[in-house]
Amino acid sequence: MCNQKAFVVIALAVVVVATGCGRNKKPVVAAPQPAPTLAPAETTPPAPPQRVEESVPVPQPRLSEDAIANRSLDDLNRNSPLKPIFFLLDSAELDETGRAVATADADVLKKYSTWAITIEGHCDERGTPEYNLALGERRASAVKTYLASLGVSGERMKTVSYGKEYPFDMGHTEEAWSKNRRGHLVITSK
Amino acid sequence: MMMTTQQIKWRCAVAAGVIATAVLSTRVPAAPQAPQQPSDIAVVISGDPGTPPRYAVPDFVALTPDAADAAKTLGQVLWDDLNFEREFYLIPRDTYGSIPAARTLESVPFAAWRELGADAVIFGTVQRSGNEMRVVVRLFNVRSRQSVFSKEYSGSANNPRLYAHTISDEIHQQQRGLRGVARTKLAWVSDRDRQRVDGTVENREVKEVYYGDYDGGNQRRLTISRQLNGNPNWAPDARALAYTSWKPNPDIFISYMYQGVLQNPTKGVGTNYLPVFSPDGKQFAFMSARDGNTEIYVANVDGSNPRRLTNHPAADTTPTWSPSGTQIAFTSDRTGKAQIYIMNAADGSNLRRLTTAESEADRPTWCSAFDEIAFSARTSGSGWDIKVYDFSTGQTRQITFGEGTNESPAYSPNGRHLAFTSTRSGRVQVYTIGRDGKDLRQITRDGSNQTPAWSN
Repeated sequence: MCNQKAFVVIALAVVVVATGCGRNKKPVVAAPQPAPTLAPAETTPPAPPQRVEESVPVPQPRLSEDAIANRSLDDLNRNSPLKPIFFLLDSAELDETGRAVATADADVLKKYSTWAITIEGHCDERGTPEYNLALGERRASAVKTYLASLGVSGERMKTVSYGKEYPFDMGHTEEAWSKNRRGHLVITSK
Repeated sequence: MMMTTQQIKWRCAVAAGVIATAVLSTRVPAAPQAPQQPSDIAVVISGDPGTPPRYAVPDFVALTPDAADAAKTLGQVLWDDLNFEREFYLIPRDTYGSIPAARTLESVPFAAWRELGADAVIFGTVQRSGNEMRVVVRLFNVRSRQSVFSKEYSGSANNPRLYAHTISDEIHQQQRGLRGVARTKLAWVSDRDRQRVDGTVENREVKEVYYGDYDGGNQRRLTISRQLNGNPNWAPDARALAYTSWKPNPDIFISYMYQGVLQNPTKGVGTNYLPVFSPDGKQFAFMSARDGNTEIYVANVDGSNPRRLTNHPAADTTPTWSPSGTQIAFTSDRTGKAQIYIMNAADGSNLRRLTTAESEADRPTWCSAFDEIAFSARTSGSGWDIKVYDFSTGQTRQITFGEGTNESPAYSPNGRHLAFTSTRSGRVQVYTIGRDGKDLRQITRDGSNQTPAWSN
């Protein structure tokens, strides 16, 4: 508190001194320049006027795929090109919709072949914290197995279960639960 | 003689208490033989026929002015500790006002305590000298005016509650042959620090391991991982906690909390969860997906000699050891829904299903004092309750009844209480309750608190 006050006083003093100095200074007067001498008359015709031209920017090439490749990991995971695979209650099997989403994810992963991912298994809040660790692990494992069957190398994929931690939707309805039973793909390196 | 309903209830309660005590003293090796000699019998203070002895525990007397707070704490905490086992009737402390406070052992007003209906009164003094504390305590039989328990304690003045807990455990041991739990601890995980996990996915809460006295006193944080942690479990000597930590790969850690040593016995081998120490403390059982599916494993505490006990394409999880260490109960959904099974701890043989009447069951916790297993049972669409399977009768009794969802039971070492979590007051919190489903107590209130464990 005392230090802050002292600082303010000193700062004000500096300002006063600085502005005071400015006021006392005499205006700077530029030294008079010698009058320009006239060029001697030329006999040759003048050169044509020099063209003044501004360079026009060329439109950048479109970055459809590179827009993804250039994004940071944080940004990628915030709005991921890899979509979550949702599961039915108590199930660790990919249904038709889940397989279609996983196939699209596999295409992305094959395109960006340097990416490594962690597949997180998540559950809704209705199971116990303990059993859900196993169920989440089985969901993650099922997604990994399916992606591997589509040609994504197993070495690029890790599995983790979070049980019922970290739901997408904090609600307590079937709609919320259905969003929380998922395999969530997190990109861990590019 | 006519007996009131209340008296009859007390007779039943005392009879049940005597049976329970007798059973307990045969199961707990540390418990002494029931008193046999006439001189010993006089030590035990009894109440009126058919009623439990009535205890009075006034504030302790501060012999130095700086011991005043400790003297008050000792009286209150000792009253609570002695009340917890429900072996005595504790006369409420707000009724002691008319009784003059004794300053010395010789001036205890026995007549006044007798008029209040006390069979037993505790008199204690506290003296401070710097950071040291000296406590002297007597348990008097109010009728005979004789001291039946006389002890002195000295040590640090930092934690007066520990003196009360020690006195309570020793009085329960002497008067009831009962192993009290006043010096035991609870551990759990909590998000009360409101920190976020550093990582590429946003808004993920840190959950750290916390522990505190059995009654919720002295709560403190163990881990400083800034990660998700879960499922703490006490080593049998109560000097280490094993737990799961997501870093972000889920793995098992053992914190030797009084040595400042942290070990990671499952390092580098797949994902590992839910560690539980064997009763001898030399091994731990856990769940792992290291071989591609969730199975139950056992390893030495240093991580050596890991071996797999289950081999089934379904989910196998949540192990717990039998008191002898020869069997392991666990959860499996091999028949479709989660149910509890038992197998031999040596090799997974002799597999059998325990729960048959539940739609779903998980988190078995084997009791070390009574022949029973507590577990979570689904009782509604999104609700669970605590139930207990009794091996001697083959019957299951229910402990909680749908107040919120009730999960993750853990026994006290004397088997008379359970810690568990409940959402009955909103966010998930840790509670304790008697094994008869009575005497509910809320232990945590700050943030959300999960997966409790109870130390020896």
